[in-house]
Amino acid sequence: MEYDFDRLVVDDVSRHFGRRRALTRVSLTCGAGTILGLLGPNGAGKSTLLAILSTLLAPTSGHVRYGTFDARSAGPGLRGRLGLLGHDLYLYPELTARENLEFFARLYGLVHPRERVDRALAHAGLADRADDAVSGFSRGMRQRLALERALLHGPRLLLLDEPFTGLDDASGHALVSRLRGLRDEGAIVIAATHDLDLAEGLLDEVAILREGRLLAVPRASGPLRERYRETLLAATPTAAAPSAREERAR
Amino acid sequence: MKQFLRVAWVVMRKDLTVEMRSREIVYTTVFFAASCVLVFAFALVREGRPLEDASAGILWIAIAFAGTLALGRTFERERHTETLRALMLAPSDRPAIYLGKLLGVLVLMAIVEAVLVPMIGLLFHAPVFARPLWLAALLAAGTLGFASVGTLFAAMLVRARSRDVLLPVLLYPITIPVIIAGVRGTAAIFQATPDEPMARFWTALLVFFDVVFVTLSLWTFEPLMTE
Repeated sequence: MEYDFDRLVVDDVSRHFGRRRALTRVSLTCGAGTILGLLGPNGAGKSTLLAILSTLLAPTSGHVRYGTFDARSAGPGLRGRLGLLGHDLYLYPELTARENLEFFARLYGLVHPRERVDRALAHAGLADRADDAVSGFSRGMRQRLALERALLHGPRLLLLDEPFTGLDDASGHALVSRLRGLRDEGAIVIAATHDLDLAEGLLDEVAILREGRLLAVPRASGPLRERYRETLLAATPTAAAPSAREERAR
Repeated sequence: MKQFLRVAWVVMRKDLTVEMRSREIVYTTVFFAASCVLVFAFALVREGRPLEDASAGILWIAIAFAGTLALGRTFERERHTETLRALMLAPSDRPAIYLGKLLGVLVLMAIVEAVLVPMIGLLFHAPVFARPLWLAALLAAGTLGFASVGTLFAAMLVRARSRDVLLPVLLYPITIPVIIAGVRGTAAIFQATPDEPMARFWTALLVFFDVVFVTLSLWTFEPLMTE
């Protein structure tokens, strides 16, 4: 693979939208075979960071390096090694599940698109609904189909924005084992999520964003939820104090 | 080049499949274009006698209005499902996506024109079948010029809040040369004695516009679509 890579480096990346700072000087590194959890409250900049990593958004300053490549110089070849499951699912509701996947398989120039699509439909548990229009699917079914769309071309870097949204218990756990399988195959998985229960035990590394800044994450062991809360509290002493007092009062 | 054309074909085929399922754009644009021609017919045809030389202008006005509607709706669909981002993520040259969208719009506009031309002939007594090849050439060249700029602008404005207002405001001033050339060329072949040299001149001018507009659009699509 011409544009393959085994390391993702985010170096001092900032992104501003007019006067609003969505990301400020974010740096992180992620190697092949790693699942990185991107945590943080709403509006922390997680989706912006995913958009930058997917090459859809250019950083205002800083660099993202995919192995030895960068998004501008590698262009289409590099995009073929990235998969993105966005908060919006990037599916055509008028088309059937099979047509959606076949469209993306052909867009990506995959060989044997039909066989790949059949496999993807089986993975999504939608083989029996393959010829139904996506507009009739539940959110969970769409989510599963969208994940297969993102994985269809076997990306090295998989970016997931709230991947557990709409999934029932069984589908959520199936996704967790799928992601573990991808990690074992050497993929770099970056997942932005609020579902700390499902993420517990899945994530190899955690990055916590708040107001566009990356917070230091304690390496100490302990439940993910607790580490997340402690990190946020430690980062906002003025805001944290009243809420801690409130908790004690309660 | 083969990959470029393959991606354009895949995108066009997808757009037409989506349209075949919903028939939303075809129905609305054909209805809108037909209504537009009927309004002009009520206003400009007196006792069965249409205003002289009005038919060519009315044909192109209806094409421009219906085309704007089709362009807006095509990209509204991609915005609604955010699928434009998925297209931008594809490992292909982004101008191929533009070309695919343009081809889809051209097919839709051709369907509208297939309804409009006989209507103009019927309501305004225009000799639409007198020089069918010239008329087809003028319509093809004019539609390509209009749609090439329109597709670029519609893609560019897809995230703008007032895109429905901005699209015609930006599109019409730029495509005025195309509309004028289309009207003058069509008027030349709608005359009692068709003026072929004049039609040839305006068709050549339209082809020139097409080359300029398509080249510029292919060239600027990628930078304009990068957020």
